[in-house]
Amino acid sequence: MKIALFADTHSNLEALQACLAHAAQAGAGRSVFLGDIVGYGADPVACLDLIARQADGGALLVRGNHDQAALGGLGENMNPVARDAIYWTRAQLGAVERSFLSTLPLTARHGDLLFVHASADKPGDWPYVHGSDQAELCLNATDASICFVGHVHHQMLYWSTMPGQRKPVSGVGSFTPTPGASIPLTRNRKWLAIAGSVGQPRDGNNAASYALFDDESRLLTFYRVPYDHLAAARKILAAGLPEQLAQQLQRGE
Amino acid sequence: MTERLQAGTVIAGYRVVERVHQGGMAMIYRVAPEGGGHGCVLKTPRLEFGSHPTCSAGFDVEQMILGRLAGPHVPRLIASGEEDAVPYLVIEQIGGTSLAEIAREAPRPVEEVARLGAALALALHELHRQDVVHHDIKPAHVFFRADGQVVLIDFGLAFHGQLPDLVAAESDRPMGTPAYMAPEEILGVRGDPRSDVYSLGVILYLLATGSLPFGAPTSNVRLRWRLYGDPLPPRRLRRELPEWLQEIILHCLERRVEDRYATAAHVADDLVHPHQVVVGERGRHLRRAGPWTVLSRWFAAIAERPVACRRPSAHLTQAPQVLVAIDLDHGGEALMQALRVAAGRLVAGEPHWRLTCVTVIEPSILTEQDEHHELTQALHTQSLVKLHHWAQPLIRHLGAQPERLRFHVILAGSPAQALVDYARAVQADHMVMGARGSSSLRRFLGSVSARVVAEAPCSVTVVRTSVA
Repeated sequence: MKIALFADTHSNLEALQACLAHAAQAGAGRSVFLGDIVGYGADPVACLDLIARQADGGALLVRGNHDQAALGGLGENMNPVARDAIYWTRAQLGAVERSFLSTLPLTARHGDLLFVHASADKPGDWPYVHGSDQAELCLNATDASICFVGHVHHQMLYWSTMPGQRKPVSGVGSFTPTPGASIPLTRNRKWLAIAGSVGQPRDGNNAASYALFDDESRLLTFYRVPYDHLAAARKILAAGLPEQLAQQLQRGE
Repeated sequence: MTERLQAGTVIAGYRVVERVHQGGMAMIYRVAPEGGGHGCVLKTPRLEFGSHPTCSAGFDVEQMILGRLAGPHVPRLIASGEEDAVPYLVIEQIGGTSLAEIAREAPRPVEEVARLGAALALALHELHRQDVVHHDIKPAHVFFRADGQVVLIDFGLAFHGQLPDLVAAESDRPMGTPAYMAPEEILGVRGDPRSDVYSLGVILYLLATGSLPFGAPTSNVRLRWRLYGDPLPPRRLRRELPEWLQEIILHCLERRVEDRYATAAHVADDLVHPHQVVVGERGRHLRRAGPWTVLSRWFAAIAERPVACRRPSAHLTQAPQVLVAIDLDHGGEALMQALRVAAGRLVAGEPHWRLTCVTVIEPSILTEQDEHHELTQALHTQSLVKLHHWAQPLIRHLGAQPERLRFHVILAGSPAQALVDYARAVQADHMVMGARGSSSLRRFLGSVSARVVAEAPCSVTVVRTSVA
């Protein structure tokens, strides 16, 4: 079965719809949302509504730091722009949305696969997997052979360099994937894939990001999906959210 | 599943017949499908304690890359999986002769060296086009099918431009077979198709002379000698070797990648058309560089850092092989000039382009009489002269070196079929040709360009002059 991996939707309905349509066409049989459904964008309720319907249909969901911040707290760890967006988001959410967000777990499992927003290592502290050292910590914190994460808004693939997936990992390789090129995740090692961001890509390419994993052939494919980013940016401006968030969608960084 | 399989064991529907190879990296067994059918090869990595970690990386790399490759020059990956935590691959069994067997009889006749070398070069180019560099080309990894086609085996050290490089991540030490490694491979550079061209040069040297250009070094110091030193010129070892062959071999063995052949297709082209090889000092000399030159190279190498090439296929786009098909009998000067302009645009800005001017002579215009052969020769020469004449303004316009252009006359009944076959044989990237101007002629003869566009294995540009 092909599993679609969506991370960091960030209330961007246009990007979410484009990725869902792309994944459906590519034959995805199941969806996994890797956290940060809300924050930054202008459509938190519509995105939550769409994703809740996916969850009813069997999609797996985990919680992100923005999802948690939308439920309360001071948001001290966030930069001012992200915090402004979270305060705005809180005002949009009703009881239904809040209760939906509060049920999201930090991690989810599907056989040998682990899904988590930030890292398998201290997931509630939201560490960023920015390089091989953090990737090694993540891989050693789980017995799953493949770990899918979000949080970092770049598509990336890490793997354990020493053979034997059940031993502690010492040494990690990294690779920036080519969109559309399938990568076989061999069984002899552990893998960590960062799906990229659906709703706020930050690598200079303004197309939405997601990934598709076939759990039979073990082929992982990263995708970039162009979407109507101007519409999403206009909504951000119309909602009175910080202008910088609209610009980020247009530049993709 | 134990790591040493007994004959008769069945894995995933394949019965083990015998162990064929116990290498440092993998165990290889001959297996037969339970339901009958062609024999295959089953490969498992050596994962026991103390095995080098690259065994596992090499096994994974072979699985990843073979699954992505297509075509007659690579073995087919039939199945892969895991039994009792030991992974295995089932691969097509390649019959035919190993180049290692042929190399044991080296030196070989010049004609055979050129033929085998060209077949190997084309297989390499086909691999590079699929974004893969083999990185361990040597006679033991080259097989010839019964029809003469080359099959490359063992992709354990290979590099794929769109897949993670597990081999490089595993170890900082250079990996490969010392006798065949290119200088930049010794420095740890991966992903440049010209590294395989170097190994091809080592094979050509071996086949032509019976010895290896730098021996089979066992120490790091001896391995690094090729970074500064020269091999003995092949004609020093076998004086009867033609200069063009030495030119080709030493061009493959250039120390710096940028001085080497840009693509394996260019090597094949030269081996097939030896009389068109422009022989320079490289092909003629009988001495290698003296100690002072080597010493100055040694100092220069301290500062040099070869740059890795991230996408093998991207390198090939800088080295387009362009065919210009010219109909010498039909077509006015306007069309000829339009063809030059179109061909010039295709190669402009590309650092390593090559252009072949080709024409087809139809035997129908030849007589059946005794002077048949002489007439054919005369017509052939006349056509070559015309092709050169056509190219003169283009060469001046591009300021090109003469070795950039090749000229070829094909004798064939069907021009369209001949052009399609030739484009496939030289692995052309692009063909430029003119449309037949007169509609009555086209109706009578059929459109050559339409058929070429439909059947050619490359891009085709059909040039038409504007009609007043």
